[in-house]
Amino acid sequence: MTDPATPLVSARSVPRLMPGAGAPPLRRDLRLVADLIVAGSRVLDVGCGDGALLDYLEHHKGVDARGVEISQSGVQACVSQGLSVVQGDADTDLTDYPSAAFDYVILSNTLQTVRRPKRVLEELVRIGRHAIVSFPNLGHWRVRLELLARGRAPRTRVLNAPWYETANIHLCTFRDFDILCRDVGITVVRRISVSHAGDPASIFARGPLANLLGEMGVFLLRRGQSPAREGVRRRDRR
Amino acid sequence: MNQHGAAPPPTYALARFGQIVELGHAAPLRLDSGVEFGPFPIAYRTFGTLNAERSNAILVCHALTLDQHVIGTHPVTGNPGWWDAVVGPGKPLDTDRFFVICPNVLGGCMGSAGPNQIDPNTGEVYAAAFPVVTISDMVRAQVMLLEHLGIPDLFCVIGGSMGGMQVLQWAASYPDRVFAAIPIAAAARHSAQNIAFHEVGRQAIMADPDWRNGEYLRHGVIPRQGLAVARMMAHITYLSETALAQKFGRNLQDRLRLSFGFDADFQVESYLRHQGASFVERFDANSYLYITRAMDYFDLAADAGGELWRAFVGTRSRFCVISFDSDWLFPTAESRTIVHALNAVAANVSFVEIETDAGHDAFLLNVPEFHAALRGFLRGAAEHRGLAAG
Repeated sequence: MTDPATPLVSARSVPRLMPGAGAPPLRRDLRLVADLIVAGSRVLDVGCGDGALLDYLEHHKGVDARGVEISQSGVQACVSQGLSVVQGDADTDLTDYPSAAFDYVILSNTLQTVRRPKRVLEELVRIGRHAIVSFPNLGHWRVRLELLARGRAPRTRVLNAPWYETANIHLCTFRDFDILCRDVGITVVRRISVSHAGDPASIFARGPLANLLGEMGVFLLRRGQSPAREGVRRRDRR
Repeated sequence: MNQHGAAPPPTYALARFGQIVELGHAAPLRLDSGVEFGPFPIAYRTFGTLNAERSNAILVCHALTLDQHVIGTHPVTGNPGWWDAVVGPGKPLDTDRFFVICPNVLGGCMGSAGPNQIDPNTGEVYAAAFPVVTISDMVRAQVMLLEHLGIPDLFCVIGGSMGGMQVLQWAASYPDRVFAAIPIAAAARHSAQNIAFHEVGRQAIMADPDWRNGEYLRHGVIPRQGLAVARMMAHITYLSETALAQKFGRNLQDRLRLSFGFDADFQVESYLRHQGASFVERFDANSYLYITRAMDYFDLAADAGGELWRAFVGTRSRFCVISFDSDWLFPTAESRTIVHALNAVAANVSFVEIETDAGHDAFLLNVPEFHAALRGFLRGAAEHRGLAAG
């Protein structure tokens, strides 16, 4: 396989790229993801949709941007814009990529729709030095209230489809996600709570009450336990 | 001159063949079979203008029975060029912007060295004495042509079906000379089913008494029936069941009831007979044997030690892999195999499966989504190449 240390950006291509003319401003939740990404890095956006984030990253941050999208229409839109996107499925098509091939692998609002989220998560941090994962928080107070007060499968402004039609087959709370990350050896470098519209959540939703007050979460991840946590474990073993 | 007659000297057949150049004078082409071949002619056509930096060249690789007459009226058939929808001013392969080159493949019958030409060593038509060539040999001959034209590297190499095989071979063998590669409706190896179809076609030709062990030109005949049957069967594989049902259904041909005989009762039979008969007028039977063989032998993974991704290690080319959902000859699964191999080396790859009923032939037809994908990919690649906007 390729040496991950070798930059694969072609020396022949010195991109001097202009942003796509007339491109609409980037959606706020995508902008939040974009702000986590260092300029000039290599990025794979899994579930890239119509390519809005990829286009932004390529033209505004000089990123070597690639995408994977399951829908034919999304892929068509991306390729017709000149973006490097392949038709593929997060559940099955991530295994091909070599380890550490990208600086960041993004999975926006998709983890809850895949068949094997744990496996997908492990693939994300294998392929990328970092992964950026966003998903709706099942622990949000509105969700809890819906179930408690009405006794029905929660429907909120984030989770707005009825249970029999929703694509969200693997919902979890922030706390569930933290525990999964710990169990599979993934470090949460950063967590950002956001509103359903992608605005940063209030100051209260950032602290210990995030699991109650955060509607959506954007998580910056990397493989391996944090040194502090490993230290704790070593002490525990003693 | 009879089209199946002796090969003309390279100089007086320009209208029919385009440009012709004799390659391999300095050093012969060493074929995969081990034969030292040459000097040999390659016929080609070009469209558009090469820029001062020589950085805007696109090589179009043609499919099995097509040729270098990509656009414009075909000098033999009088039909429009096979890629009039894709190549030309303002088209996805914009000839106002790019310099398009299309050579006739080695082994072909439109001016490049092939079995219907005179062997300069014997003064006789090659016929069955023509060496077996491979996709890789075809590509090496194209490399020699580009060196002759003074083009150091290609902005893009593109082709459908067998043309896509050549694209993949280019990308694997000459990665530094390929900025962008577009294999369309292609495969990294010819499948058992496709080899089987080719074998039936070849057997039809060789079973025709007029084939005469390949020496038919010397006897002044052509294995018409055999070649026509080969074409009829192959033509079915280029379409889809949906397309056949929509175009013909069970409609009868010029009659109100069944004949209770073996005439062409059905429109689809009449259509295929016409396809077979007109093909014989423009294509050489031996060439058909040689080129189908080249496709059968194609297996990029085998050449790379058994694993396809090894063929692409270190590639910096930008790939756009395109398939069609109704293509059962080169189905999407074949393209996906290519994409998986490219992903395994973290290559820059786009992959789109186009929805259409047109079957394998879709790459030749007016399919707007296909053309939009080509246009977008080429625009993005040209941006990265630093080519001025068209």
